[in-house]
Amino acid sequence: MADLVCENLSMTFTNPQTGAAVHALKDINFTLKKGELLSVLGPSGCGKTTLLNLIAGFINATDGYAKLGGKTIDAPGVERGMVFQQGALFEWLPVSRNVDFGLRMKKNNPEENVRLVERWLDIVGLQGFGDTPTYQLSGGMQQRVALARCLINDPEVILMDEPLGALDALTREKMQSLVLELWKETGKTIMIITHSVEEALLLGERLFVMAPRPGRVHKEYRLPFAERGLKESLREIKHDPYFSEVREEILTMIWDMEEEIMGRA
Amino acid sequence: MLEWLSDNRASIAAVLILAMIGTFVWSIVIGRRQAKLTANDEVFGDPVRTKGGWYWAVCGVSALFLLWSYYSWGVGRAYFPNAANEMCQIAKLEEAVSPIKAALPIGSRYYKSTLLASRNSDQLDDLEAQLGGTVFADAEKSELLDVIGQVRELIANSSNPTNMGEEPKAELLSLAERLNDLSSDIAAGPHGLTPSDEALAQPKWGTTFTEIPILPITERGMLFDTASVEAAEIAAAFNKIRNKFPANDVLIDDIKTRIDALKEINESGEFDELDRADREDYVKAVERIFKRLDDGLIFPAAALEDVGTAIANLDAAASDAQGGLRYADALFFPGPGIVKSRTQCTEQGAARWLPKPTDVVATFARLANPDVENGGGYRGFPLLWWDWLPIADVIAFFIPDWIADVWPGEYASHGPDGTITPNFKDNLLAFAQGDVSLGYIPMLDGHIWDSLFRVLVALGLGIFLGVPLGLFMGVSRFFKSFFDPLIELYRPVPPLAWAPLILTIFGIHDDGKIFLLFMVAFAIMVISARTGASGVLLSKIRASHSLGASDGQIMWNVILPNAMPEILTGTRIAVGVCWGTLVAAEMLAGTTGVGFIENIARTVSDYELIWVTILIMGVLGLVFDLIMRWIIKRTIPWRGMG
Repeated sequence: MADLVCENLSMTFTNPQTGAAVHALKDINFTLKKGELLSVLGPSGCGKTTLLNLIAGFINATDGYAKLGGKTIDAPGVERGMVFQQGALFEWLPVSRNVDFGLRMKKNNPEENVRLVERWLDIVGLQGFGDTPTYQLSGGMQQRVALARCLINDPEVILMDEPLGALDALTREKMQSLVLELWKETGKTIMIITHSVEEALLLGERLFVMAPRPGRVHKEYRLPFAERGLKESLREIKHDPYFSEVREEILTMIWDMEEEIMGRA
Repeated sequence: MLEWLSDNRASIAAVLILAMIGTFVWSIVIGRRQAKLTANDEVFGDPVRTKGGWYWAVCGVSALFLLWSYYSWGVGRAYFPNAANEMCQIAKLEEAVSPIKAALPIGSRYYKSTLLASRNSDQLDDLEAQLGGTVFADAEKSELLDVIGQVRELIANSSNPTNMGEEPKAELLSLAERLNDLSSDIAAGPHGLTPSDEALAQPKWGTTFTEIPILPITERGMLFDTASVEAAEIAAAFNKIRNKFPANDVLIDDIKTRIDALKEINESGEFDELDRADREDYVKAVERIFKRLDDGLIFPAAALEDVGTAIANLDAAASDAQGGLRYADALFFPGPGIVKSRTQCTEQGAARWLPKPTDVVATFARLANPDVENGGGYRGFPLLWWDWLPIADVIAFFIPDWIADVWPGEYASHGPDGTITPNFKDNLLAFAQGDVSLGYIPMLDGHIWDSLFRVLVALGLGIFLGVPLGLFMGVSRFFKSFFDPLIELYRPVPPLAWAPLILTIFGIHDDGKIFLLFMVAFAIMVISARTGASGVLLSKIRASHSLGASDGQIMWNVILPNAMPEILTGTRIAVGVCWGTLVAAEMLAGTTGVGFIENIARTVSDYELIWVTILIMGVLGLVFDLIMRWIIKRTIPWRGMG
């Protein structure tokens, strides 16, 4: 079972000049089963991105550990795919070369690469864009390329750092559907960090609301909306009374945290 | 064909100038019409107002050409091809009378006699004031005072008209008459004077290095040329006249004796070194003033009045005889005109250092002619051509001799019969030294190619070594901190400050210049590659890590392409800086190259050649930059899009 397990995961940043320590994360414990879709919400500075970077292996925890399939994470790996807010595409390469980047680094068979690129471009809805320079694509299309580039490597977990944050509302909704579709079709474990409460509710089968100082999981939800989103329109789900109720609850929670940070509570 | 063009450059210029005036006017008309069309569409400050406007470019270029033509006397020569020759003859007359004018308040502010009297009197005053502080005995001091008084008397005597002898008076009068006769001759005009065949056979103005034909080729020119001969004789006679009379002769003898007596005392050996030096210096100063006054060069001002009037008449007559030339001179030959030196007439002012457009083209054509045997190229080397290059030389350039030295075995030694059988080691050495025949390849050749070659090799090395180092400095703390001080220590030094040292170490051949340019290119490439490498977005690096790329793969596939815009911009800057440094380095040392040509042209004041080399360098620099811009546009269309 390729579960993602975090145990007492802590991250303390030390200022090299003053020696002051900042507890970005403290004792994070959770297990994400294979195929689960987790969204993480929280006010700024609560350590969402630090958590993601730890799991991705870009930084190493000061205490505790994260394990994927029983293996402790200590470096970036191809089994944990990343999708960034701005795509982080290689603008000097056309779409197809961006998508098969991971395969080429693995020295995969080039003919197979061509086949796989075709398939994945098809899945993310970019058929025929293989030779287009990435900088000629719209923001939504760029994120589709980033998704295809990540998925073509067949990772066990997909980590998304505010992947839809820079998109306009309409594109964003379409991309949310795409993420749900991909989740369903590939059965991948997905962890998605977002600022948008609605997005977190729509996409999160599980949802963590994190709190700052020190960064910790404040509250966890299990929500039915992601499952429903596979069949129903996302807009209808948003009108569901339960959806509104949870949304208001989380908004109040985050609002209070922000107030606390500002020192007004 | 070229020769015909060269001989008729004045007429060609005349046509071109008319065409340029037409273009200038036409472009202004078009420009004004266009301005009217768009006047209502754009407010002041709208960037659209800078778009287009080729007609103003045409206007500017033709204005520049016309200004150039005007100040280089190109216009004057085009429409008054004989003017320079005539002005040269006038300059001859001017040169001939200049000794007389210099003695009168015509050529200078004061009479030469006035200056002699006042300056020497001042110096006598100074000496008298110093006398009190000298080491002379009191008796000697009064003697010296006496001598100084006598020298003053000499000046006073010469300045008094009543002292003047009859002979110099008569001579001055006759010279004034001769000058007046000369003025009447000039006023009478050039009757029956015709230019000689030799004069008419001279090369035209500007077609040879001597520039202006010196023998008169027009009647008016003949008139001035003839007058200048007579004027020169008068001036020579004037220079011989001395204002001598018995009263002064006695005085001069007396002063001489007294100074000699003073000198004798100084040399008697009674004084120590310092005192003696002081005494000698003082007496010498008195004697020096006396020597300036003992040859009768001071005349009473009244005595020179007649000659002064005659010279003024001569100037007036000469001015009248110039006729229309005076206006042409004032309008189309800006600057001080033409001056006759001992052997030639030369243009003065802007025309001296600013060659005429047609002359620049002609000089370039001569330089570009690859036929070195027949006056083409420069210093026996073409400007840009091709030649057969032995392949062995190319190989020898890349294979160092020491490879043969370290090869196992010994070089062959001569056998008992005195013959040498080369072994493999010998053959290897011959190969490394280029002493083998491997056939030839065509290769570019010439001054321009030599300059280009130096820049390209240095730039290639700079890119090849600088980019990898820069990339590593952009990603590694060790590389950055270790190499940064080294590069920052040598980079801020202006390349030309390194030049003397490097040329001393490497010699004047290509290696020194290439190394100098390499230093320039290397620093620029390191800095730009480093900037490019350290400017990669962190998310791109992280993405590639998550996509399974190794460190080496990230370097090659992400950091290098991401740094390409900076690297190419750096290359563009390096090309420009290398080019500038090269030309200066070639001026310091070397036997080929565009900078070398300019340096030699400078030493012989060949302004046309200097301008041609400046234009060649400008055009080549522009071509380099255009090529780099094209490459940048083609290779990194994604610049600034990430």
